[in-house]
Amino acid sequence: MSMQSTYLMVPAAPLIGAIAAGLFGKVLGRVWSHRITILMVAVAFGLSVSIFNDVMAGHTFNGSVYTWMTTGDTRFEVGFLIDRLTVMMMLVVTFVSLMVHIYTIGYMQEDPGYQRFFSYISLFTFSMLMLVMSNNFMQLFFGWEAVGLVSYLLIGFWFTRPTAIYANLKAFLVNRVGDFGFLLGIGLVLMVFGTLDYASVFAAAGQHAADMAPIPGISANLITAICILLFIGAMGKSAQFPLHVWLPDSMEGPTPISALIHAATMVTAGIFMVARMSPLYEMSEAALSFVMVIGAITALFMGFLGIVQHDIKRVVAYSTLSQLGYMTVALGASAYSVAVFHLMTHAFFKALLFLAAGSVIIGMHHDQDMRNMGGLKKYMPITWITSLIGSLALIGTPFFSGFYSKDSIIEAVGLSHLPVAGVVHVAVLIGVFVTAFYSFRMYFLVFHGEERFGKAHDDHHAHDAHGHDDHAAHADAHDAHDGDHDDEEVSHDHHHGLAPGQKPHESPWVVTLPLVLLAIPSVAIGFIAIEPMLFGHYFTDAIFISEHHEALHEMHEEFHGAVAMGLHAFTSLPFWLALAGVLTSWFFYMKRPDIPEAIKQRFSCIHNMLEEKYFFDRFNDWFFASGARGASRFLWRFGDVRLIDGLVVNGSAWLVGRVSGVVRHVQSGYIYHYAFAMITGVFVLLTIRNWFE
Amino acid sequence: MNLATNLYHAGAEVFLLTMVCVILIADLFVAGRGKMFTYMMVQLTLLGCSFITVATHTDGVAIVFSNMYVDDLMSDVLKLLAYLAVSMMLVYSRTYLLTRGLFSGEFMSLALFALLGMMVMISASHFLTLYLGLELLSLSLYAMVALQRDSAVATEAAMKYFILGALASGLLLYGMSMIYGATGSLEIYKISDAIEQGVYNKQLLVFGLVFVVSGLAFKLGAVPFHMWVPDVYHGAPTPMTLLIGSAPKLAAFAFVMRILVEALQPLAIQWSSMLAIMAILSIAIGNLSAIAQTNIKRMFAYSTIAHMGYLLLGVLSGTIEGYSSAMFYAVTYVLMTLGGFGMIMLMSREGFEADNLSDYKGLNQRSPWLAFMMLLLMFSMAGVPPTVGFYAKFSVLQAVVQTGHFALAIIAVLFSLVGAFFYLRVVKLMYFDTPESHEPIQYQADTSLLITFNGLGVLFLGILPGTLMSICAVSVQQSLLLH
Repeated sequence: MSMQSTYLMVPAAPLIGAIAAGLFGKVLGRVWSHRITILMVAVAFGLSVSIFNDVMAGHTFNGSVYTWMTTGDTRFEVGFLIDRLTVMMMLVVTFVSLMVHIYTIGYMQEDPGYQRFFSYISLFTFSMLMLVMSNNFMQLFFGWEAVGLVSYLLIGFWFTRPTAIYANLKAFLVNRVGDFGFLLGIGLVLMVFGTLDYASVFAAAGQHAADMAPIPGISANLITAICILLFIGAMGKSAQFPLHVWLPDSMEGPTPISALIHAATMVTAGIFMVARMSPLYEMSEAALSFVMVIGAITALFMGFLGIVQHDIKRVVAYSTLSQLGYMTVALGASAYSVAVFHLMTHAFFKALLFLAAGSVIIGMHHDQDMRNMGGLKKYMPITWITSLIGSLALIGTPFFSGFYSKDSIIEAVGLSHLPVAGVVHVAVLIGVFVTAFYSFRMYFLVFHGEERFGKAHDDHHAHDAHGHDDHAAHADAHDAHDGDHDDEEVSHDHHHGLAPGQKPHESPWVVTLPLVLLAIPSVAIGFIAIEPMLFGHYFTDAIFISEHHEALHEMHEEFHGAVAMGLHAFTSLPFWLALAGVLTSWFFYMKRPDIPEAIKQRFSCIHNMLEEKYFFDRFNDWFFASGARGASRFLWRFGDVRLIDGLVVNGSAWLVGRVSGVVRHVQSGYIYHYAFAMITGVFVLLTIRNWFE
Repeated sequence: MNLATNLYHAGAEVFLLTMVCVILIADLFVAGRGKMFTYMMVQLTLLGCSFITVATHTDGVAIVFSNMYVDDLMSDVLKLLAYLAVSMMLVYSRTYLLTRGLFSGEFMSLALFALLGMMVMISASHFLTLYLGLELLSLSLYAMVALQRDSAVATEAAMKYFILGALASGLLLYGMSMIYGATGSLEIYKISDAIEQGVYNKQLLVFGLVFVVSGLAFKLGAVPFHMWVPDVYHGAPTPMTLLIGSAPKLAAFAFVMRILVEALQPLAIQWSSMLAIMAILSIAIGNLSAIAQTNIKRMFAYSTIAHMGYLLLGVLSGTIEGYSSAMFYAVTYVLMTLGGFGMIMLMSREGFEADNLSDYKGLNQRSPWLAFMMLLLMFSMAGVPPTVGFYAKFSVLQAVVQTGHFALAIIAVLFSLVGAFFYLRVVKLMYFDTPESHEPIQYQADTSLLITFNGLGVLFLGILPGTLMSICAVSVQQSLLLH
């Protein structure tokens, strides 16, 4: 098999799986559906590994495989760009996807939409691979929208739950905003460069460095405008402030996709895209500063929100937001390879944390409220140990994978020469403390302390099955509120959970196996990969860094191997901040649970602000949702009913009707009238001829 | 050129003429149910013609019979499509004609004579052969319209068609004679040479051009030479309407190409302005009048007038793209018309013509598949993507815009919007109204198969128009290469 057909097979295999499970799921049945999809994803993973070896041997590829259409001089093509950045993303995507596929067997086993779910996640894998393997903007956009579509479908997977429908509509609309910017950016690229091919755009970018953007009324540098517009797309997809609002709500979807789509892969598409566009971003300091500031705001402020959440998945979701902020900050510091490195380590440990949270949720019979948990350590040992590993990796414990990537980000920001870097550096340092605090708050509340399950919900029927049918039925009676619905969400989930006296139990092997397999890279990948990825030549050809942005270069000079870096950490500020965070949360939630309560009372206005997520949802609902509805109502009443329907549509129909009534009378049926018309016609044509003499 | 070469290039015509004579005689000896034998022979003849046309195809252009006859790719393609159209017409009409006692040898041999006329027209490279083919076609059609002797409307239609047709032939002959006077030749290529060398009488030539264009316009049914179209379409029995409405338009297109484009290309400024006026008038009057119709055959008649306007738009743009888009339009028009009238015959039964719009109410409840096929055909006629009608209109408009006639393009698009109304009205009647009768629709397996082929073909060609379009482009290019 030639390399080119291997490339083609990688996205094609999950697509085949998706089609098989989606269209023939009924015929295949549950078991064969998951067998086929898992096999296909495993094939994609295996091929990715072989492509990885091939690329490491120095064989990169950039070429088109199919021309979709040609208009004028512009060709729209499907093509692949296979280099080290691509192949790393392919490995991450296919590996995490494979883990999630296996995990799903356990998590969704009683769900009626079993085959549909497998079909969606395979389709997602296909779309994500198309996105990362693309060599042109059009295919990038296709993948971008396709992963968005699958995300939308999966957030609303339990489509009878009003909250799920609300969440997926929200995700869809917020992403529209981002995609609008993204599409404008692509349009600008097409307009200026006349091509959508990455390589030709990058090659021509240098000639346009000083050009102004052809946007009337705005005097901006062309490259800056393109970069910021593209980044707006990334802000939507990677949930950066202020387009972050959809991600916490996306937790309405089943947990496996929260791990796959909303933590490990899709939300990092924005990061990947910016890294891929590094030759463009390197030309604009303004765009880089913008990227860095947005990232810092996200990293710090979304972390705060994680502190007040009670829903286990939402804590992890806010932590995802915050970590995405870190990656964005790294992009702003021109440390693309560090961002991508953090993307990779984060994909593993965050997928692990999500799947572990899912395992806890299974154990708790689909109760997600941490206030009903506690002391799960002894009932769910594998989930416990893997969660602990994930949390340690997340907070940046030395020698864990998260440490290498996150510390590198902080260091890169410290060394960056952008004017905003100083403030951002402080923000990301505070972020370290916050991350440690909420991560271990969750860890202690779930796995340690008093056993709070089986108590609070004595009024509900006990049920052994935790299928989603009754869940959905219950939700039907339950109005979807526009505003904040977190609390209702939680209370609504109360009827799930353990009956009094019932104990949680460890999940089946299909659930714990992926946990264990993900725990391995969560521990080790950073140690192994930091040297080649950050300081070696791994990304030399894939990522371009201008000589003015030498943060990474300076880091290289201070780098003396992974072990030294780990040991050195014990004397550095981030480590002590993280430790302080862990100790504080231990003290607050294990020793003196009255303190957080007291703080909550004392600073109720701050607490309220956090509970309300800085009032973003309220503002959006008030300003955009009702504002748009008001404007629409006006346009409907005046524009549509009066102008369009009344004047244009009915008016012209009336006119046409009248004219056709007149015209039909010409057709009298008398042959001499007809002949007369013909003779007249000849005379008219003769007259016209004379005009042209 | 010796006789054998001449006959080789006209092989299909010779075969057809022989077979028509055989069928005429053979038909005398079969009676009653035996007409099926004649029918099968006719179909086999058409098949044989296709075979011969394909087998005698030669690359390049062959001019035979002392420069009177031309065999090129365009003629082969148009002839093959004409065989297909006639063959499909016969399949659609068989049941209709049987129930009305019209399924006779005369009908079938007249249809074949008409086809022979078309073939002669398509391959003519001399005004005399052109006229010969035209008259053979027209006379056969007059006779076919009048075939239903006891029907007052049919005889009236035949009478109108005949008289107006005679007038148009007179105009055409008059124009040809003037062109002959101006250039001293009746051969198409010699005429164009003469004009290019400047040996001609300009005043006389342009005068002749006007009359020739008028005659052409009558054949196409373009305004103001369109008055016969609604009455004849309405009055003639549906199979005859189908024959008049379909294949002869291919011949008429060839006629336009041979006279205007091949012979009178240097006068393009003059004829394109004439065609522009006729095209716009046809599109406007065709679409507007169609709205007021309650009879579906009349509605199709006006829709034909409008379609011919679009076809003329392609021709008048005067570029290779324009001519090939016009050819593409002619082909798709024939395909859609076959389907439309085929549907009318499918729906009709003894004593029921199914030619009123109200007969289509609630068709979806009576037969969802037929309704869907009709929907595809209507969408295509209206120019809704992804059917072929969209692509045909699109390519014609593209050609018009490329030559800078923006006003024409805008008017054409606006009126096609008006046209969408009456096509979509049929769809609305089929899908949203309650049926007036619940009598089951009786149709044969071959007709229902054919309508499926027809409807899906319209969809398929719309999605993948590339092959047909490039065939059209290559044949037009080749026939113009001679200059």
